[in-house]
Amino acid sequence: MISLLLSQLPMDDSWINFDIQAFIQNFWSATFDGLTFGAIYGLVALGYTLVYGVLNLINFAHSEVFIVGCYGIFFTLSSLGFGPSAPNLSVIAIIGDLLIALVVGMLAAAAMAYILERVAYRPLRKRNPPRLVFLITAIGASFTIQYTIFLVRGPNPEPAVTMFIPTPVFDVFGTIVDSQQIIIVLAAVIMMVGVDQFINRSRTGRGIRAVAQDPDTATLMGVNRDRIIVTTFIIGGLLAGAAALFYVMKIPSGVQYNGGFVLGIKAFAAAVLGGIGNVRGALLGGLLLGLIGNYGQILLGNSQWTDVVAFVVLVLVLLIKPTGILGQSMGRSRA
Amino acid sequence: MTSETPNSASAQDLVLDELGIDQEVAEGAAPERDIAVGLGENIMEIRNLTVKFGGLTALDDVSFDIKRGEILGLIGPNGAGKTTCFNAMTGVYKPTNGTVTLDGESVLGRTRHRITRLGLARTFQNIRLFGEMTALENVVVGLDARHKTSVIGALLRLPRHGREERSAIDRAMALLEFVGIADDAAVLSRHLSYGNQRRLEIARALATDPKVLCLDEPAAGFNPAEKEDLMTLIRAIRSDGYTVLLIEHDMKLVMGLTDRIVVLEFGKKLADGLPADIRNDPRVIAAYLGEPEDDAA
Amino acid sequence: MSTTDGPTLVPDAQAAQDAVNRESASKKAGPFQRFGDRWNGLRRPQQWAFLLIVVALAYALPVLDIPILTTEPGNDWPITCFNMAIFALAAVGLNVVVGYAGLLDLGYVAFFAVGSYVAAMLTSPDSPFLHIPYLWTVPVAMAVTMFFGVLLGVPTLRLRGDYLAIVTLGFGEIVRILATIIPAMKGQVGFQNVGRPPGTAADGSPVFSNSNGTPWYWLALTIIIIVLLLVGNLERSRVGRAWVAIREDEDAAEIMGVPVFKYKVWAFAIGAAVGGLSGALFSGQIGFVNNQKFDVPTSILFLAAVVLGGAGNKVGAIIGGAIVAYIPLRFTAIADYKYLIFGLALVVLMLWRARGLLPARQRLLAYGRTAYQRVANRDSGPPTAVAAEEGDAK
Ligand SMILES: Nc1ncnc2c1ncn2[C@@H]1O[C@H](COP(=O)(O)OP(=O)(O)OP(=O)(O)O)[C@@H](O)[C@H]1O
Ligand SMILES: [Mg+2]
Repeated sequence: MISLLLSQLPMDDSWINFDIQAFIQNFWSATFDGLTFGAIYGLVALGYTLVYGVLNLINFAHSEVFIVGCYGIFFTLSSLGFGPSAPNLSVIAIIGDLLIALVVGMLAAAAMAYILERVAYRPLRKRNPPRLVFLITAIGASFTIQYTIFLVRGPNPEPAVTMFIPTPVFDVFGTIVDSQQIIIVLAAVIMMVGVDQFINRSRTGRGIRAVAQDPDTATLMGVNRDRIIVTTFIIGGLLAGAAALFYVMKIPSGVQYNGGFVLGIKAFAAAVLGGIGNVRGALLGGLLLGLIGNYGQILLGNSQWTDVVAFVVLVLVLLIKPTGILGQSMGRSRA
Repeated sequence: MTSETPNSASAQDLVLDELGIDQEVAEGAAPERDIAVGLGENIMEIRNLTVKFGGLTALDDVSFDIKRGEILGLIGPNGAGKTTCFNAMTGVYKPTNGTVTLDGESVLGRTRHRITRLGLARTFQNIRLFGEMTALENVVVGLDARHKTSVIGALLRLPRHGREERSAIDRAMALLEFVGIADDAAVLSRHLSYGNQRRLEIARALATDPKVLCLDEPAAGFNPAEKEDLMTLIRAIRSDGYTVLLIEHDMKLVMGLTDRIVVLEFGKKLADGLPADIRNDPRVIAAYLGEPEDDAA
Repeated sequence: MSTTDGPTLVPDAQAAQDAVNRESASKKAGPFQRFGDRWNGLRRPQQWAFLLIVVALAYALPVLDIPILTTEPGNDWPITCFNMAIFALAAVGLNVVVGYAGLLDLGYVAFFAVGSYVAAMLTSPDSPFLHIPYLWTVPVAMAVTMFFGVLLGVPTLRLRGDYLAIVTLGFGEIVRILATIIPAMKGQVGFQNVGRPPGTAADGSPVFSNSNGTPWYWLALTIIIIVLLLVGNLERSRVGRAWVAIREDEDAAEIMGVPVFKYKVWAFAIGAAVGGLSGALFSGQIGFVNNQKFDVPTSILFLAAVVLGGAGNKVGAIIGGAIVAYIPLRFTAIADYKYLIFGLALVVLMLWRARGLLPARQRLLAYGRTAYQRVANRDSGPPTAVAAEEGDAK
């Protein structure tokens, strides 16, 4: 019966192909683009990883924290006169505007994260309910935010806000690396190194690690757990806001009520790939996932495959090494 | 050094002394079990058991035997590694090194539910009942470890399912009766009193029909009268042919109940012997210095 | 496993605390709980009589078209009834996963979609595949979705529950993407003229048609009743006990001899099969399947149905499912906000009433009713509040 079914399949196979030629041809451009997306995933993944570290909870609403950051950036830029075509401004002026947008985006996302923790998660924590209750709250909060935006802004993507036209900077193996790619990857890596240093060096960072390892002991040692958790949410929000700027930079018309959803799943997959709870793992996982997704896309010949590839990677990682590549350095052992 | 003469037969004598108490559990919970064959041989052998948590060695090269039909005490100051030893034996932690055998079969490397079906049952230091289930249902979950109904059998209510369900209720009631909480059979376990929750944990563990029953501080938080009841209960369990491994801090209870004692300190085995020897062992006394010990004369 | 001791209350304080616990347990319950108590107080024949009336009313629902209840003129009432039944059936399936086993499945719509596509691809003239009679697609759809359930469950169910949540969330999206990019699934064009059960009315027109919801509703209701009976059998067996034990304390369950992984996979597979079943029914009635209906928000609606009704309660799941389907069809003005409403409902319910509208305990023993009666009789004193709560529903 199976062979009968298969023989009747339409012979049109353009939807999937293993085009090695195209793969080799586009390898470098896919690499640079993959790293760019990967840096964005990594920044969002940090938000998942940090919250997972201190609360052992997948904060499903983190994708909405990110999209709120996107809206913050969109509104700032459009009120500064940015639109579908690149603005006619001096480099300094553009940098100034983008910095303003960055600050607004980060603040908006951080505020969203703060509200989420105070309104939804903290009251729950007081009652110490089963884990399922936390997860359902998280997904419910995610939908509430998403469809509140839907209610206000409608179903369609916002008009594009183009920040600048990427200019070629240098040439690698005949493939141009542009300014946009360099800015995004560099900025993201710098931010992540900063977060890593913050977690490992600062007093608050020590508190975060202490809560991640053993909340009870940390509390006994005088760590204010609630304050650490709020701080963690805010750091995650700030990073999501920064990721939002780069996301809009890369995809100017990507601001939409449900724009965070798929990106959120990919960022979470990145966090798991690198080792959830592990700050460096988030960056590594993000970059790898960006690359894998892009390679999969050019190999299989359809942009929709990126999401499928990311999903398959997530399942494979869970199957082979659930602790991810770098392991759960901040997390605690089970049982 | 001691008032009693330590010899290899005394453990067995102590066991035999106790026989003759009611055979309720054995008949109620496991009618077809054969009681106490080969009394006094090794039923469990723990060899070179080592558990590490990162840098901390919680259990360091510990070896001891459990003899069939005895009550073996496992004592030691807080943090000595007693619970860790239980966890390593029952598959909760994966030991870094060592072997554990039960009736000659290797325990390690099996999944936890298989270890239970091999004949090793336990209670928890911090009670872990199924809170939303009644006492009766909690015990029946333990009995299910020996049931053979398949999912399809349950779906279609095949005859074996009916038989097992019926006998399970009788057995579970007998076990609840045995530990003394049958009146609370219909109460959700999270609504039980603390003492009854501890008793229910014992009933649930017995329900899996174990060869060796491991009790982790079953008397924690009990008053003297409750401790007395518990001692009677544990003796009755042993006299039904179960082997008991007991973690307990209360020296009076340990000394009054156990046939042999293993002492742990800082993850290492400190001593191993008859209660009277342990009581007078200077190393043990030193380890317990500062701990309340009523019986240290 | 924590190394700290349990609460060490002194015995007298314990007894007092205990009494308070029991009392508050019976007081906190609310109106529905009181209904539950009264229900369990009834004798068997009375329960049967009551059930019979409820079932008769349920069958009469599409014909009764009660003025305040009706969704007309905006939406056809019998078809609304059918949609309510489909949501209720899906909720019963998801309740096995979420309510009994405590596993969070956020991509349940994917199983619904797989069931729909199986029915469509094996009956629609647009499909190049082998064609079989519609009613045969129902078991095939269940088998195929069950297969997908196992395929998805095996890598994830060994891990912590959180991973399952995110993987199922992703899976829901992937099925939609695959339906779009795989040509054989015909994307937005979809499949027309999905098959229907046989039978012609006196005037020669088919009994089951896309425009007449009533026969479809009756079919769906009959299937719901069968599924309820079967799920009830599982609940009152070692399977149900294993699920609830896993939900309550997974590690303790495993140590008590429950093969946790196996029963999680069963819960997941059974939930998937019921999802596939409802999907197959749905596509039959609509007569058309494409990639537009199976988005992640619909999964969240299914979850809301389960949580609203009271996770773990199969009757609650039916009511929750019916409410979630009914509200947007009855109050068309707020239909656009349904995702917001039910998303918010999830948060609010978790914060205020995590046990849902109909909090009922699972009955986990096949002969529990008689057992508990025996316990109550041996008690000389009045039966405790909690004891009265017990007994068998069916
Ligand atoms: N999961 C774990 N991770 C890290 N360390 C652990 C873990 N479990 C136990 N330990 C450590 O191992 C040591 C032994 O603990 P264990 O619980 O076995 O002691 P115990 O003898 O049972 O003490 P108590 O009498 O207090 O119950 C302790 O230092 C404890 O902190
Ligand atoms: Mg201990």
